[in-house]
Amino acid sequence: MHDKTLSELAAGLASGEFTSRELIQHLLGRIERLDGELNSFITVTSDAALDAADRADAARAAGRAGALTGLPLALKDIFCTQGVKTSAGSRMLDDFVSPYDASVVEKLAAAGSVSLGKTNMDEFAMGSSNENSHYGPVKNPWDLTAVPGGSSGGSAAAVAAGLVPAAMGTDTGGSIRQPAAFCGITGLKPTYGRVSRYGMIAYASSLDQAGPMARTAEDCALLLNAIAGHDLRDSTSVARGVPDYTAELDAPLAGLKIGLPKEYFGEGLDPAVATTVHEAIEVFETLGASVREVSLPHTHYAIPAYYVIAPAEASSNLSRFDGVRFGHRCDDPKDLIDLYERTRSEGFGEEVKRRILIGTHTLSEGFFDAYYKKAQQVRRLIRQDFLDAFEQVDVLMGPASPTPAFDLGAKSDPVSMYLQDIYTIAVNLAGIPGISVPAGFVDGRPVGLQVLGTHFAEERLLNVAHRFQQATDWHLRRPAFAEENA
Amino acid sequence: MALEQADVQRAAHLARLGLNEGDAARYVDDLNRILAMVDQLQRLDTTDIAPLSHPLDATQRLRADEVTESDQRDHFQRCAPAVENGLYLVPRVVE
Amino acid sequence: MQWETVIGLEVHVQLATQSKIFSGASTAFGAEPNTQACAVDLGLPGVLPVLNEAAVAMAVQFGLAIHAEIPEVSIFDRKNYFYPDLPKGYQTSQMYHPIVGPGVVEISLDDGDTKRVRVHHAHLEEDAGKSLHEDFHGMTGVDLNRAGTPLLEIVSEPDMRSAKEAAAYLKAIHSIVTYLGISDGNMAEGSMRCDVNVSVRPQGQEAFGTRAEIKNVNSFRFVERAIAFEVERQIELLEDGGEVIQETRLFDPERDETRSMRTKEQANDYRYFPCPDLLPVVLDRAYVDHLRETLPELPADKRARFQNELGLSAYDASVLSATREMADYFEAVKDACGDAKQAANWVQGELSGALNREGLAIQDSPVSARQLGELIGRVIDDTINGKAAKQVFQALWHGEGENADAVIEAKGLKQVTDTAAIDAMIDRVIADSPAQVAQYRDAEPEKRGKMIGYFVGQVMKASRGTANPQQVNALLKEKLDALC
Repeated sequence: MHDKTLSELAAGLASGEFTSRELIQHLLGRIERLDGELNSFITVTSDAALDAADRADAARAAGRAGALTGLPLALKDIFCTQGVKTSAGSRMLDDFVSPYDASVVEKLAAAGSVSLGKTNMDEFAMGSSNENSHYGPVKNPWDLTAVPGGSSGGSAAAVAAGLVPAAMGTDTGGSIRQPAAFCGITGLKPTYGRVSRYGMIAYASSLDQAGPMARTAEDCALLLNAIAGHDLRDSTSVARGVPDYTAELDAPLAGLKIGLPKEYFGEGLDPAVATTVHEAIEVFETLGASVREVSLPHTHYAIPAYYVIAPAEASSNLSRFDGVRFGHRCDDPKDLIDLYERTRSEGFGEEVKRRILIGTHTLSEGFFDAYYKKAQQVRRLIRQDFLDAFEQVDVLMGPASPTPAFDLGAKSDPVSMYLQDIYTIAVNLAGIPGISVPAGFVDGRPVGLQVLGTHFAEERLLNVAHRFQQATDWHLRRPAFAEENA
Repeated sequence: MALEQADVQRAAHLARLGLNEGDAARYVDDLNRILAMVDQLQRLDTTDIAPLSHPLDATQRLRADEVTESDQRDHFQRCAPAVENGLYLVPRVVE
Repeated sequence: MQWETVIGLEVHVQLATQSKIFSGASTAFGAEPNTQACAVDLGLPGVLPVLNEAAVAMAVQFGLAIHAEIPEVSIFDRKNYFYPDLPKGYQTSQMYHPIVGPGVVEISLDDGDTKRVRVHHAHLEEDAGKSLHEDFHGMTGVDLNRAGTPLLEIVSEPDMRSAKEAAAYLKAIHSIVTYLGISDGNMAEGSMRCDVNVSVRPQGQEAFGTRAEIKNVNSFRFVERAIAFEVERQIELLEDGGEVIQETRLFDPERDETRSMRTKEQANDYRYFPCPDLLPVVLDRAYVDHLRETLPELPADKRARFQNELGLSAYDASVLSATREMADYFEAVKDACGDAKQAANWVQGELSGALNREGLAIQDSPVSARQLGELIGRVIDDTINGKAAKQVFQALWHGEGENADAVIEAKGLKQVTDTAAIDAMIDRVIADSPAQVAQYRDAEPEKRGKMIGYFVGQVMKASRGTANPQQVNALLKEKLDALC
C-alpha cells in the first residue's frame, strides 16, 4: 500500500480493496518502525489520524466521499494545526499547541484527507538541508549519510520513504523543490497568492508559498485542487478561479516551447547533474516539444537580493516571539529586556539568529536604501527577466539544484549553503510557479528537473510534469530504505 | 560596508537577541561574509527602477466593517506562559 | 530676549469602526481584559491582517474635510520595536505613503480671528494594547483589547505659536472628527490623544529651536498647561546658557510639569519597511467622489453660514458650531421659531445655563429643540413676555407640560394685551400710590423716565406678570404725564 500514489490509493479505497483505517494503520506502523532512523516527523498524531480515518470510512460508506476522503498525508510543522503542537522546527515553539487551523489544514480536512502528523523542517523554514531543526537533522532515505534538502526536508523524506504518500511543504526560496529533487519526489511551488498563507508560520511573507509534495504530478494536481483558492483572511491571496488541475494533465506536448536559461547551465553546475537534466529534456523533444536557449540575465543577483529581502521580512515576522503570549519564555526574567533577550536567544537557533541579525541590520537607519530598496529594485529586474522569457517560450527547464543531495554536515559555511539555492530562489522573488520532477540519479542520489511557468501556469506545469512521468519511471523508483524486511 | 562587533551588538539589541562576546565575534564573521555576497547588488545600476514589494501587481482588498470574532480568551491563553486575571504577565514595565 | 513658541501636534484619533483595523474583533470600550483580542490581534503565529473598509472611508472623509490631497495609492509599513503592549513586535502604520496628504485646518481664536494650520499628512495605523501597572507580584499585566483599534494620526505642521492656538487646533480637530462621526472624540476614554512638539526660538529667528516631544497629553486643558510649562522650562534653560535636548517628555497633570522619559535606552531605530502582508491600497476617483458627496456640512462652513446667512456674531457662530450636536440643536430651534438671533440667545443663555448646572450634554437636554423653538415663538408673537417665558422654560425642563402652549395655558401666563384691562390696573396703581405720583409730578421731566419703573413693577405684579410690559410702559407714561 505504501508504494501507491494518492490516486491509486483513492482507487483502492473506492473499490473497497482496503479501508482508510487499514491504510492509516499500515502507514503508522511504518512510521513507528522507520522514522526513528529517518527523523522526518516531529509529531505523529496517531489517534487523531485513526479517528479521521474512521470518519472517512463512514463518509465513504454513506456515499459522501470526496476527492481526498480517507487519503493520508502529512503537514510540514509550519502549518498551524488546532490542538496539535506546531513547532516550526524551533525550540521557541516546542510547547506551542496551536489554538487554530491554518487555511490549508482546514481545506485538506474539509476534503476528507487524514493527517498523520507534522513533519520536520529547518527552523522557521530557514535552511536548505534540514540540519537547522531543533529536532535534529532528517536523513535522506536514498542515502542516510545525505541531507534530504530543506526546508521541507521532513515532508520530502517521509514521502520518499513511503511513510506517507504525500505531504504539504512551503517554499520561500526553494524549500519544496530542492528537497523534492534531493529525495526523488515531485514538488510544486504554486504562484505566490495561489494558496492561502493564513496559519502558515511566516518566514518571508512576500515569498512564502505552500504547495504539495508527492510521488507524481497527478497527485500534486489532486492536492492543489484542494488547497488553491482565494482566502478572505489572506490579503495577498488571489481572487481568481481555481481550475481542475487534473483536467489538462494528459494534454499533448506537441508544439510546447521549452526555454533553457543559459545561466542555469553555467559554472557551479555538477556536470553529472547537467547530463541528467539534458537527458530529461531530450525526452520532451521526443514528445514533440522544441527547445531553445534563453537568458535570465539577472540570475546571479537573485541570491544577494533574496538574502536582503527574506531576512528583513523575517526579522520583523519573528519579533512576535517574545515570551509573552505563546511559546518559549526564559526562566525568572529579571526585567523586560532580560525577558526578551534571553527568551529569544534561548528559543532561536543559530541560522535564525543570523538571519534576524542580517535583516535587522539591513533595515536599520542608514542602510535601508543601500540594501532593502536596492534589493527590491533588483527584484523587479529579476521578475522582468522571467516575464521576458515567457514572451518567447511556454516553460523554462533546468536543474532544481546544482548538485544532488550533499552529505550531512558538509556545508558548515552559511554562504556556501545559500549558494545551493541558485536555481530556485529567483522563482520566489518573481512569484512564478515551479515544479521539481525526478529525472535520474547521480551516484545513487536523485536529481530533480525543475520546470517553471509564468504566473498562474500551474496547469501547464502539471501537464508537462505528468507527460514526462508517463514517459519515464524515475518517479517510480524507491529507495532501499523503504523496503522493510529486506 | 564591513560590520564591526558594535554593529552586530546594535542589531542584536534592536532585535532583542542576547549575545555573549563569543557569539558576537562569530556573527561578525558570518554577517560580513553574507554582506560581501549581498554587496554584489551594488554592481547593478538600478536608477529609475521602482522597488518591487509584492510579486503580483495586486491591490489591497477591503473587509466589511463587521465584528466576526467572539471572546476566546481562555482558549488563546492556554498556550500563554504567564497569565493572571485574564492579563498576560510581563516583568514590571517602568515608565 | 523675546522668545517665540513653535508648536506642532500629532493627534491620534480612534476611529469609530465596529471592528478592528485588521481583524473582526470588536472595538467596544470597557470589556474584560483580552476578551476582544482575537488571534490576529494577539499576533499568533501565522495570522494575517485584512484591512477594514470603514477605517479607510473614515480616513478619506477626514482628508476631504480638511481639503487635503487624497493620494491614489497608500501603503502600510511596519514600525518595528519591542514593547509588551505591541503583540507583533511591530506596529502596522503608514510611513512613506499616507492615506491623507497635505491639508488645512481653520482654527478660531478668542479675538474672533481665524488662523489656518497646515496638516502635513494623516495616516492610518493600529493602536497598541494597555499595560496595567497594578501589582501582580511585581509584574505588569497586559490587556490587548485595544490592540488593533484603528487610529488616524493627524500630523500638523509647526504652525502654532501659543498654547491657546494649540488648544484651538485640537478643538478644531475634535469638532471635525465628531461632525464627521468618525470618532466619538472622547478624550477621557483615550479616543483622542495628543503628542505635542514644542520648541522656542528668539523672536525674528527663522530657524527652529530644538524641540521636545510631550507624549500623551489627553485633554484640551492639559495641552495648554503642558505647553505653558514646557515653554517656560525651555526658555529658562536657554537663558541660563543651557541647551534644549531633543527628547520625549511626559506631562504629569498632578504636578503640572513635564519630565524626561528617556532612560539609558539608545535612540530607537524603527526600521520601517512596507508590510509584506498588506498590498497597496488603491482608491479610485469614484470612491473618493462618493465619499465627498456624502460629507456633512463641516464646522468651518457652518460657522461661516451662521455668520453670513443667519447674521450671528462671530462669537455666537463659533460657539454654536463647536459640536455637531450643538449646531443641530440650534438649527432645529431656529427652524421652529423662525428667528436665528433669538434662538442663539436662548441656546447659549437659558439652555446652556441649565445644561451646565446639571452637567448634561445638549443631546440629553430634557427640553427638546422643538419645545424651545415653540416657546421662543410665543415670545415673538407676544403671547407671553420674556419673564413668563423663563417660567415656561423651567416648567418644560421639569417635564411639567408637553409644550409651551400647554404650560402657558395651565399656568395662565398668557400676556394681557387688552387695553381696557391694563387701563384699569394702571388706574388702580395710580390711585393707590399718591406719594409716588406726587414725586413724579415734582421731578424734572428728564428724571421721570427712571421713576416710571416703580409703576411698571406694580402693574406687572398686579397682572401676575402677564401684562405686556411695553404696553404698560406706554400707557403709564401717557397717564402720568397727563397728571402733571
